[in-house]
Amino acid sequence: MGMAAVPAITMLPRVSFAQAPATSAVNTTGLAVTDTEVTVGILHSATGTMAISETGSIEAEKLAIEQINAAGGVLGRKIKFIQEDGASDWPTFAEKAKKLLVNDKVAAIMGCWTSASRKAVLPVVEQYNGMLYYPTFYEGLEQSKNVIYTGQEATQQILAGLNWIAKEKGAKTFFFIGSDYIWPRTSNKIARKHVENVLKGKVVGEEYYALGSTQFNSVINKIKLTKPDVIFTDVVGGSNVAFYKQLKAAGIDLAKQPLLTISVTEDEIDGIGGENIAGAYACMKYFQSLDNPNNKAFVPAFKKMWGEKTVIGDVTQAAYLGPWLWKLTVEKAGSFDVDKIAAASPGVEFKGAPEGYVRIHENHHLWSKTRVGRAKLDGQFELIYETADLVEPDPFPKGYQ
Amino acid sequence: MIINSRFFNRSELTGFIVLAAVLFVILPLSLDVFRLNLVAKYLTYAFVALGLVLCWGYGGILSLGQGVFFGLGGYCMAMFLKLEASSVENTKIQSTPGIPDFMDWNQITSLPLFWQPFHSLTFTILAIILVPGLFALIIGTAMFKRRVGGTYFAIITQAVAAILTILIVGQQGYTGGINGMTDLRTLKGWDIRPDHAKVILYFVEVVLLFACIGIAQFIRLTKLGRILVAMREQEDRVRFSGYSVANFKIFAFCMAAIFAAIGGAMFALNVGFMSPSFVGIVPSIEMVIYTAVGGRTSIFGAIWGAILVNFAKTSLSESFPQLWLFGLGALFIAVVLAFPNGLSGLWADYVQPRIDRLFASRKAKAGWTDNSVADGAPAE
Repeated sequence: MGMAAVPAITMLPRVSFAQAPATSAVNTTGLAVTDTEVTVGILHSATGTMAISETGSIEAEKLAIEQINAAGGVLGRKIKFIQEDGASDWPTFAEKAKKLLVNDKVAAIMGCWTSASRKAVLPVVEQYNGMLYYPTFYEGLEQSKNVIYTGQEATQQILAGLNWIAKEKGAKTFFFIGSDYIWPRTSNKIARKHVENVLKGKVVGEEYYALGSTQFNSVINKIKLTKPDVIFTDVVGGSNVAFYKQLKAAGIDLAKQPLLTISVTEDEIDGIGGENIAGAYACMKYFQSLDNPNNKAFVPAFKKMWGEKTVIGDVTQAAYLGPWLWKLTVEKAGSFDVDKIAAASPGVEFKGAPEGYVRIHENHHLWSKTRVGRAKLDGQFELIYETADLVEPDPFPKGYQ
Repeated sequence: MIINSRFFNRSELTGFIVLAAVLFVILPLSLDVFRLNLVAKYLTYAFVALGLVLCWGYGGILSLGQGVFFGLGGYCMAMFLKLEASSVENTKIQSTPGIPDFMDWNQITSLPLFWQPFHSLTFTILAIILVPGLFALIIGTAMFKRRVGGTYFAIITQAVAAILTILIVGQQGYTGGINGMTDLRTLKGWDIRPDHAKVILYFVEVVLLFACIGIAQFIRLTKLGRILVAMREQEDRVRFSGYSVANFKIFAFCMAAIFAAIGGAMFALNVGFMSPSFVGIVPSIEMVIYTAVGGRTSIFGAIWGAILVNFAKTSLSESFPQLWLFGLGALFIAVVLAFPNGLSGLWADYVQPRIDRLFASRKAKAGWTDNSVADGAPAE
């Protein structure tokens, strides 16, 4: 039934917004689409421990939706959003995702942040055939028809950074420190394989701390004893504040001791304090200080909407991509139907991305560049290195599992 | 409906009929499956509240660690469901197919020994009852035999909840860590995810809940129940009368643990999910709050407390995603300040007298009097 409608739409010339295609043609599965509006869901933690991280994503998604609406909406329809609170609690995420899909019939969900929340929501979006745009850099080992991963998966984020620091600093020995859950563990597994098999270096220590842990003295002593060329960290959340302060108090000068983190964005530095982390290297795909025309428009627009003091981290930018990629995909598919969007996603490119340019891969992850920045006293990163080409996403990396 | 008049007095009978009507008839007819499934989730906490009525309301033992037992029951069920969902063809993308996905992520290459028996449903059902029961027996024996009670006991149960959470999060290769066990699919080949399955699971759960209510009411009416109340009021007198206070306490605590575990197992089935966020200190305290809001000495009150508090949680968070926690907090403070006996206290103070008056006037007309309205256990 829906298939017959598609060619008819694609044959239509690009019409003005007033003559939007008929709802019955672009929405054959009963989503919340009217002649003037389409509803999407925003599902992040507005309360609880993760709120501090996820607020940026909520803000970025609302900004993107407002901009899309100002530019005429999607297929002539304004985007309306329903915001739900995951409350930093994974089952709540699952419940709210189900509510958005079953009750509200949203056309897409922009949401989740931690891997745990995504793992909780994934069975729900697969069962009820929803579309989730997930913004966080994450551990990979996952791929779904119903999810577009707008952040980097682990190999994209890590390998280029390790190559760079090995070449630039001649690093041979690495010390890994992470928070104890799936993302740091998987990231470090990939990093270890790369250090040992490709860079022919050595991992001299690998330590994990419970989420929220604030005592890093023993590992700092081990670092002093083993004197690694590089400290490689994926400590998340509030623990970072304690970690970098204790590192500084122990006399480890990040100007002399290279430290590469894959978990500290501008948002975290806000809490850590620029003076405690200046000199550290971060490896991800976006920094607020990026110098390109897209970003120069994006940063002021974000600050205008959410205040001068807000900072924009990697995930916030990735969250901003979600509504835009969805809009572009809907327009490419000529339909809001989830099956058609899932099928049309590969190849969709967004030239207005603040990070420069992104394109959706066959595996529903994004092609994106990897960048290394050095933390400055003012809490911003200075871009040191970026890959020449887009890095291919590889959620199931051969030889790294 | 024929109910032994000695089993329920009149106010309890009203409570029973109202609850049965709401859960068996009104809610299934008026709610869509999504909302009904949410009610099923709220009802899993009603099992815990029921246990707390026995152990805290009657026995006077405040346990701030019921999440432990809820979690143990839930994890036992989830382990069975997870094993079934991790068949070789479902997990062929992994390095080691046929084991749960989180084990694969944590470089575990074979199923650990303690997971093996969870291939069997019979074992799982026994484990859901016995593991938390035995665990409660050990804690209870260790504490009550040494006459540790009151606040100290509450603190220790908190510590146990914290320890179990840390254990589950830390041993993520064996337990799924902070992510919990997600993507539970089938029970003996029967898909638990579609709508019709949710409806069946809901009714199974309600039947189980009424079975547990029956057990709790039975315990309350026997001599055992009255010893529990006596213990709560005057522990020393009971001890001097020759009863082993510790054994009665251990029994009440174990029963509460088993009820909580049944709730946990139903949670895993209904929600398709189990995670350490139900085990820790905060959910354990929340469970006590449900009971307090409903009224800790009333079986039906506590169940209503669990349902209504969770309903408020859902609806407040849907309407005010940024502010709902404050609203919920205000609700708790209001309830505790204004009606310390909870909802059941309100009922007993304001609603029940009117019903009684209504009945009394009708009976007066019919020409006979009734003098056994007083609440409490009937005479033996």
